Amino acid sequence: MTVTAPAPNAPTHAKSDTLLDFSNVEMTFPDGTIALQGVDLVVKRGEFVTVVGPSGCGKSTLLRIASGLETASDGTVALGTDRIGYVFQDATLLPWRNVTANVELLAELHGESKKDRAAKAKDAIDLVGLKGFEKHLPKALSGGMKMRASLARSLTLDPELFLFDEPFGALDEITRERLNDELIRLFNAKQFAGLFITHSVSEAVYMSTKVVVMSGRPGKIVETFDVPFPQPRDPEIRFTPEYAALVGEVAHALRKGHGHS
Amino acid sequence: MTTISNEKTVTDGTDELEAHPTPGLAVTATVAKPTSRKRRRTTWLPPLIVFLVIVAVWYLISLFVLNPNLRFLLPLPQDIVLKGFIDPLSFNALIVALWQTVIVSMLGLAIAIVIGVVWAIAMSQAKWIERSLFPYAVILQCIPILALVPLIGFWFGYEFQSRVLVCVMIALFPMVNNTLFGLQSVDKGHRELFKLQGASRFTTLSKLSFPAALPAIFAGMRISAGLAVVGAIVGDQFFRRGTPGLGILISNYSSRLQGEQLFATIITAALFGVLVFWLFGLLGRRAVGTWYDFS
Repeated sequence: MTVTAPAPNAPTHAKSDTLLDFSNVEMTFPDGTIALQGVDLVVKRGEFVTVVGPSGCGKSTLLRIASGLETASDGTVALGTDRIGYVFQDATLLPWRNVTANVELLAELHGESKKDRAAKAKDAIDLVGLKGFEKHLPKALSGGMKMRASLARSLTLDPELFLFDEPFGALDEITRERLNDELIRLFNAKQFAGLFITHSVSEAVYMSTKVVVMSGRPGKIVETFDVPFPQPRDPEIRFTPEYAALVGEVAHALRKGHGHS
Repeated sequence: MTTISNEKTVTDGTDELEAHPTPGLAVTATVAKPTSRKRRRTTWLPPLIVFLVIVAVWYLISLFVLNPNLRFLLPLPQDIVLKGFIDPLSFNALIVALWQTVIVSMLGLAIAIVIGVVWAIAMSQAKWIERSLFPYAVILQCIPILALVPLIGFWFGYEFQSRVLVCVMIALFPMVNNTLFGLQSVDKGHRELFKLQGASRFTTLSKLSFPAALPAIFAGMRISAGLAVVGAIVGDQFFRRGTPGLGILISNYSSRLQGEQLFATIITAALFGVLVFWLFGLLGRRAVGTWYDFS
């Protein structure tokens, strides 16, 4: 596998920039499990790509390869940036640090000055709506608020490519929908490219510019849908027949891929 | 091995908070404290009753079961207080011995904590180091320290340093084991978070593994503290030169059949052990109690 680092003087604002390029990526685990097979996937600036698939189809593996946590067994992975945000399934906040200290962590790991990271943390906390909770420890936060803090932490990196590994999967429906809206707002404000993993079809269609459907074992891309609705998304879109139709199509592709047709 | 779950979901499902993440809104999420007056009384009342029952049985045995000639086997409680604690001669001896035991055990404990934590950190850095060194921690735990005591006497003499050494050997294993366990049970997601940022080994240790291991380290300290007190008293029984500690006092009083003083010394040693256990529990709660349920 080759990871192409961005050229030092590469333009960082051109709309056509490819931030992630998977070409024929395969992943076979040492025990012989084939997690991914022949995956081609491109994420460009301005795109919010969502991958839906059944549990265990290798969606998370896809993300782990993109982030460099794992190395693909075959194929090429090219990255167009080194500013990559990664939001885990769990909030992964350090329980002994309060919200501010948690949000400051990544800048701290990169050796930034106290003043810089405090400023970054303050901005990020404001952005995710956690103002007033700076001194709270994670255990005093609800699941949704922990996720907000986790998002804020990644935002301090000012990522060009944002990877989300089912971040809202453990949250209740109402909290999840609210965070979907927040994330869309952030996407439009910050102009990062998003690669979002989920098993919720409606979440996928609502948030993304492109929905990629994967089948299970081995994980393959079975179909890709462009989502035509304009960004920023109007929450009311969820109640239109066009939205329902697209959700139906994606769900159908998902069932087909899963062998339930 | 003690199992400690690192992740405590304390306020899961408190999503009424989620409803007001508005800036400036002062929503304080406090966990209800179970310290009502009633609850507190019920925690000390039952042990107190048990204590009174024990004292009553004690009096019964001492007064009615034992032949007065044999009363040194179980002296009357008031005699223990009067002759063992209040009598100036006994009191002075007790204080000097207690102080000696405090010094020996706490110095031994401090050394055991340092060695134990360093040893565990070394083992946490590479599997091969762990494989090379952990068996020796286990062996240290398995060999009866008493069997080694004569050797320690030969090599290091029969005074202060040998007593401290016995404390260190007895108190070391829980420190090594707990610290290693704590360092190794760091959440996988947290590890990956650090890995993604390219954090160095040292940064990961100082900002992640070590703080995450603190609850386990403090739990180990509390166990080791109790053991260090045991070590100081056991060491005294064998190394009889230098200033006597509680252990020497115990063996002197028992050989002279001074029951009252013997009991007073044993009670002092026991209370010291309890105090140390409690103090280190308090220390642990102070250090990590805000984010970890240290009990």
